[in-house]
Amino acid sequence: MSEPIIKVERLAYSYPRKELVLYDINFEVNKGEVLGIIGPNGAGKSTLCKALNGLVPHFYGGKYGGRVVVAGMEVLEHTVAELSTKVGIVFQDPEEQMSGLALTVWEEVAFGLMMLGFPKEEIVRRVDEAIKQVGLEGFEKRSPFELSGGQQQRLAIATVLAVKPDVLVLDEPTAQLDPIGKFEVFSVIKRLAAEGSTIVVVEHEIEELATFADNILLLDQGRVKAYGPARDVLTQVEKLKSLGVDPPSVTELTYLLNKELGANLEVPITLDEAIKIYAEALGVS
Amino acid sequence: MSEPIIKVENLWYQYPESNFWALRGINLEIRRGELIALIGQNGGGKSTLAKNLNGLYKPTKGRVLVEGMDTKEVPTQEIVKRVGYVFQNPSHQIFESKVYDEVAYGPKNFGLSEDEIAERVEWALSLVGLQGYEDVHPYDLDYGKMKLLTVASVLAMKPDVLVLDEPTTGQDHRGRWILADLSKKLNREGFTIVTITHDMRYVAEVAKRTILIANGQIVMDGPTRKVLTALDILHKAAIKPPQVVQLAHALREKGIDAGDPLTVREALEEFKRLFKK
Repeated sequence: MSEPIIKVERLAYSYPRKELVLYDINFEVNKGEVLGIIGPNGAGKSTLCKALNGLVPHFYGGKYGGRVVVAGMEVLEHTVAELSTKVGIVFQDPEEQMSGLALTVWEEVAFGLMMLGFPKEEIVRRVDEAIKQVGLEGFEKRSPFELSGGQQQRLAIATVLAVKPDVLVLDEPTAQLDPIGKFEVFSVIKRLAAEGSTIVVVEHEIEELATFADNILLLDQGRVKAYGPARDVLTQVEKLKSLGVDPPSVTELTYLLNKELGANLEVPITLDEAIKIYAEALGVS
Repeated sequence: MSEPIIKVENLWYQYPESNFWALRGINLEIRRGELIALIGQNGGGKSTLAKNLNGLYKPTKGRVLVEGMDTKEVPTQEIVKRVGYVFQNPSHQIFESKVYDEVAYGPKNFGLSEDEIAERVEWALSLVGLQGYEDVHPYDLDYGKMKLLTVASVLAMKPDVLVLDEPTTGQDHRGRWILADLSKKLNREGFTIVTITHDMRYVAEVAKRTILIANGQIVMDGPTRKVLTALDILHKAAIKPPQVVQLAHALREKGIDAGDPLTVREALEEFKRLFKK
C-alpha cells in the first residue's frame, strides 16, 4: 500500500481571536481517490479545504493543532507557493478566481504557469492539454468574461490542472451555476475522476456526488460526524436528516419504505441502482 | 375566476444598446394567490421577465398590466409597491447597519408614522422568523438568515406579489427547506408568489404552477406536476427533474406504474401501494 496523498491527523483550527472551527479532524485520501465533503453551511468545509493548500494557517493565521501532510509535504513547514504545485484549489465563484489580467482563455490558463517560470514550450503543451481536459477547445481566443458560468468554472479548473497538482480541491464548484453549468462541471469532474485524478470536493449536490465519490466525510460544527465509503455514509439517513443534510432522494425513499413497510430492499445511493432494485423487487428487470 | 393581478400581453424586450430580443412575445396571466415557479437556463429570459413584472424594466413592445396599470404609464414606484422583488444576492440589497433599520427602510419611504413602521417591521420579521434580531448587524447574520432578512424588507412594503429570484442558490439543504416552507406560508397568508429557480426539489415541493422559459419564450406553462413530468421537453431544456420523477419514469418504461410522484413523500405513498399488492 502506497502512502496516502493527503493525511490529516488530529487537525484543530481557529481563525485569529475566534472559537475553534475544526476539531480533531482525521482522514486520508489515497492516489486516485475521490473524497466528497458534505455538511451544512458553517460546518467548516471551506476552512478544511484551505487547510489542504496551506492558506490555513499561513495566510489566515490563528491557532492550529495536529498536522496535514500533502504529497509528502507537511503543510505547516511549506509555503502556500510551494504547496500550490501540489494542491490545486477551485472555489465557488468562478469570476472571483480569474486573474483579471488575461485577455483570452488561453492566456488565463497560461498565467499561473508563467508565474511559476515554466519554459515556453512546456507552457504551450500544458495549456493545450488542460483546455482539452475541461472541453474548452475552440474557446482559446475568447475573453474569459464572455464565457457562461459553467465555462468560467471549467476555465478555473483548467488553470489549476495546468500546474499538474497531485490533488484537486473543489469547494462547492457548482453552487452558483445553472443546470447546464452544473452538468458541464460535473462531467469534467467525473471524467477526471475516471482518469485517476485525486479529488477532494465539497458539494451540496449529493445526488451527483453519490455517482462518483469513493469516500464521503460528513462535517458538522467543525467535527467529523461520519466518514467512510460513500454508501456507508449516505445510507445513514436519520443522521444526515438530523444535521439538515438531504441524502439522495432514492436513498431516503427506500429507507422510509423499509422502515414503514417492513420491506427489506437494498438501499440505493444512485438513480441507476434504484431503478434496478425497484424493477427486481416489483418483478420485472 | 378572479381578474389577473398581472397581465403580460405580447411582451418583447431588448436591453438598451442591444439588438437581441431577450423576450419574444410573452403572454401570461398571473392571478391573486398563485404560487408560480419560473424555470429555465440562465440567459433564457427568466429574470428579464421577472423584472418586467415589477416595472424595473419596461416592455420594448407589448405591455404589462399590474392591477390594471400599464407599467409604461404609471411611475415605477407605484408598481414596486405592488410587486416586491427579492434579489438573488442578499448583499446587493442590504444597506443599513441594523436589521430593524433595514426592514424599516421601505415603510419609512412610504411616509408611515413611527408606530406604523414599528408594527410593519415586527410583522415582517415574525413572518420570516427573525424576531429578536432587530439590533443585529445584517452582515453578522449567516447567509440563510441574510436571505430571510431581504425577504422581510420586501414584505414590509406589503406588496401583493412577491418575486423571489433564486432564493435557494447558495443555501444548504436546511436553508432550502426553510425557504420552501416560507414560500408556502407566505402564499397561505395571501401573497402571490413568483419564484425564479433552478432548484427542482423546491419547485416540486412548493410551486402549484410552473413556467419553463427558453430563448425568450414560454416553452411550457401549466400545473407543476404536468411540467415536471414532461421529461422530453425538460431534457431539451437541459433541466433534470427530481430524482423520484426520473425513477417513476424509468419504471414506467419497464411496465411498472408508480404514478407521477414529484416528492419523496409522494413516491413513498406510490411505492407502498405497489409493494402491498
